[in-house]
Amino acid sequence: MTVAVYLSIYAGLLVFILGSVLRIVQYARTPIHLRWELYPVPHEEGRRAEHGGSYFESGNWWARPRRPSRIGELRAMIPEIAFLKALWEFNRGLWYASFLFHGGLYLTVATVLLLFVSIALPGAAGGTTLFWLHALYNVTGYAAVAMTLMGAMGLLFRRLADPELKNYTSPADLFNLHFFIVAYGLVAAGYLVRPENSAGAAECIRALVRFDTSVRVGRGFGAGLILSSILLAYIPFTHMAHFIAKYFTYHLVRWDDRPNVRGGTIESRVAGHLARRPTWSAAHIGADGEKTWAQLATANPAAEVRK
Amino acid sequence: MKNTLDIAQAWRSDGEPLVHIENADLMPLPAPLDNLAMDRPWKPLSAQAKEKYESGLDDTCAVSVPRPKNEDEERRLVAQFLAGLEKLFTADNNWTFLQPLLLTMEHCTHCQTCAESCHIFEASGRNELYRPVFRSELLRRLYFKYIKHGGLVSAWQHGEIELNWPLVARLIELSYRCNLCRRCAQSCPIGADNGLVAHELRKLFSQEMGIAAKELHEQGSMLQLKVGSSTGMTAEVVKDNIDFIDEDMSERTGIEVHTPWDVEGAEVLLLHNAGEIMAWPENPGAFALILNMAGVNWTMSSELAGYDSINYGLWYDDVQFARVALKHAEIARKLKVKKIVLGECGHAHKALCVVADRLLGGELNIPRESSLTLLRDIVMSGRIQFDPARNDFPVTLHDPCNLVRLMGVVEPQREVLRMLCPGFREMEPHGVNNYCCGGGSGFAIMSGHNFPDWRFQVAGRKKMQQVLEAFSDCIGPETPKYLCAPCSNCKGQLRDMLAYYKLWERNRILYGGFVELIVNAMVDVKPGFLEWEWR
Ligand code: SF4
Ligand code: SF4
Repeated sequence: MTVAVYLSIYAGLLVFILGSVLRIVQYARTPIHLRWELYPVPHEEGRRAEHGGSYFESGNWWARPRRPSRIGELRAMIPEIAFLKALWEFNRGLWYASFLFHGGLYLTVATVLLLFVSIALPGAAGGTTLFWLHALYNVTGYAAVAMTLMGAMGLLFRRLADPELKNYTSPADLFNLHFFIVAYGLVAAGYLVRPENSAGAAECIRALVRFDTSVRVGRGFGAGLILSSILLAYIPFTHMAHFIAKYFTYHLVRWDDRPNVRGGTIESRVAGHLARRPTWSAAHIGADGEKTWAQLATANPAAEVRK
Repeated sequence: MKNTLDIAQAWRSDGEPLVHIENADLMPLPAPLDNLAMDRPWKPLSAQAKEKYESGLDDTCAVSVPRPKNEDEERRLVAQFLAGLEKLFTADNNWTFLQPLLLTMEHCTHCQTCAESCHIFEASGRNELYRPVFRSELLRRLYFKYIKHGGLVSAWQHGEIELNWPLVARLIELSYRCNLCRRCAQSCPIGADNGLVAHELRKLFSQEMGIAAKELHEQGSMLQLKVGSSTGMTAEVVKDNIDFIDEDMSERTGIEVHTPWDVEGAEVLLLHNAGEIMAWPENPGAFALILNMAGVNWTMSSELAGYDSINYGLWYDDVQFARVALKHAEIARKLKVKKIVLGECGHAHKALCVVADRLLGGELNIPRESSLTLLRDIVMSGRIQFDPARNDFPVTLHDPCNLVRLMGVVEPQREVLRMLCPGFREMEPHGVNNYCCGGGSGFAIMSGHNFPDWRFQVAGRKKMQQVLEAFSDCIGPETPKYLCAPCSNCKGQLRDMLAYYKLWERNRILYGGFVELIVNAMVDVKPGFLEWEWR
């Protein structure tokens, strides 16, 4: 069991990282798109960010220095990431379950980090620090499980009970929520009823890092960890990878108001795409796979009939 | 009716409408339209239209796609659609929007937050067909099945879909039941964009299958590229009209007005939506008067497309869009102007200032600015004297989505209205949270069959509610009221809607542009520039 748990955790983590990197690379490599920002853009200067204004509100805007405010972006990002602000504002009914669920996931990550800190601390750090760390990861750990379970059950209930969601609930959506409930439930139950001589959370982490197979991991707890590892590996290949997508949708679409300047990087990146050779079939496009985007855009399909 | 539409109905093969809407299903309106008897009955789609055109979506028909003659033709059309779908997801064909499209396809969590933001969904009485994700969900399932080749796993993960001609025909129509206002995208926690989905579908149909609303394509971008303007006006006709407008303005205001043409090296090239010149001549006239009085060195252009700022490609076809945007920039380059200023047309603003920005490289990258900003600077500069008492009547402001939510020009117009209009009151919500007038994405100029009924009753209903609420304290006919809309398309939609509900006749709600209010308050202008006449 112990070896199986270690292998699945390492494999799960590896697949999660690889899957996430693949997603990031996939999106990062898609071409720069035409501007498609959506206001409010929070890095706008001062009062503008509040009313949703842009630099277009200034006369001769191109002659003024542009100073996008990173603080402004953080002011929008932190409430969104930490408290799911958009849901709170626009879909309060869903927020409660969703906040519990996401909060539980954040606390799960926090618990794992605290466990790593606790095993990394030199013995000299003293008993008090370790005592508090131990207390802290216990609190975050139990809270993580409770919140994730409640959140997942709340979301599941809503999916099943709300007729408006029927069209948009695939078998996989229900499976995913069940997956969370079973994995977290098993980890929690296995941990609570683990045999006395089996490893606790910190011991498991310490042994995992050293690949120390002499440590005994309880069956139930071990099964929960294996299932959770599979869940972790599965996430990047589903729409649940939206924690990655949100970087792109916010920073590179909604908030991307960078103006094109002569001789700048945007201009040169776009120039590369203007040399692409589309194959659209409609007659008015005039594409033949040879003409470039730029050539098509400078052609006039109505010109030959012009008087 | 509500919430009963299973998504699988979308590929139902009978070609019959998926939904039918009665007035009583719709979101209620405030007084004086709170009485169902005041609501107009819908004109049904004619039997000939139903026989001739694909109309299997709802009670109306926007695109008039002829019904295929036989199964072979259906199969050919489906194959074309599939080819277009593949192209939509390749960088060579769709580098322009591939990134946001992929993000939207792959990460919607189906949370339905966007539904609460969509005026069409709300106004329809929450009809499932108009839920923002209904359309997106169909494209998403096609994407996972035919582009990602997900097989059975795709059906399990993302839901079933069956590609047939009835589905394609319904998708064509469904892509024209969205105003592309992107209010839904603003509320999406993920940043997915259902407005973009409608845009991309329209693009696929136009660029691959040659299918688009005729008002946008043949009578829109093609006509503009052919004669210079979607109004059909040639340069000579426009110049004649402007001469007449100058004369009329001079008479009405007591100030000599002259519009300069093709002035090389001018500071400002002013691009109007040519619809203004035809339908609301006082608007270009007012611009000319103000720019002259402020001492701006400006010009209009008589080049092909230079006297019409519209760019309908924005709504359905990237290539047509680029062609018109490049023409506008090229005209400015040839004239060696310092900047382009967009008149009161929202989509023209967004097209040239925002969406075309990255297409305009090198010498074509000429600064572009909103007229609202320039007018605010002129008004605030003190170069012109104003008497706000001349505008002492209730005024409310419609925020064109393209100018506000999609470009961030929010305050300049408000600064002016707060200064010049003592009776100014906001609609709720307003600014970047505004609602579309219902004419967005080309609807304002689309009037085939009974589409206007849908456009006013459903798409424009939320705006109607906002207007009536903004004037609720003075709704009676004894108080003339001014609905200010700094956008030609919005003005067209508001005009048609006010007429549809007889709100000028019965309640004295007049619509108009922004610049007219400035001229009306100018001390040097003869009083009574605003004539309070319906047009
Ligand atoms: S588009 Fe956004 S708001 Fe709408 S259902 Fe999908 S994730 Fe939710
Ligand atoms: S873009 Fe506007 S009209 Fe279209 S679905 Fe979204 S909110 Fe509705």
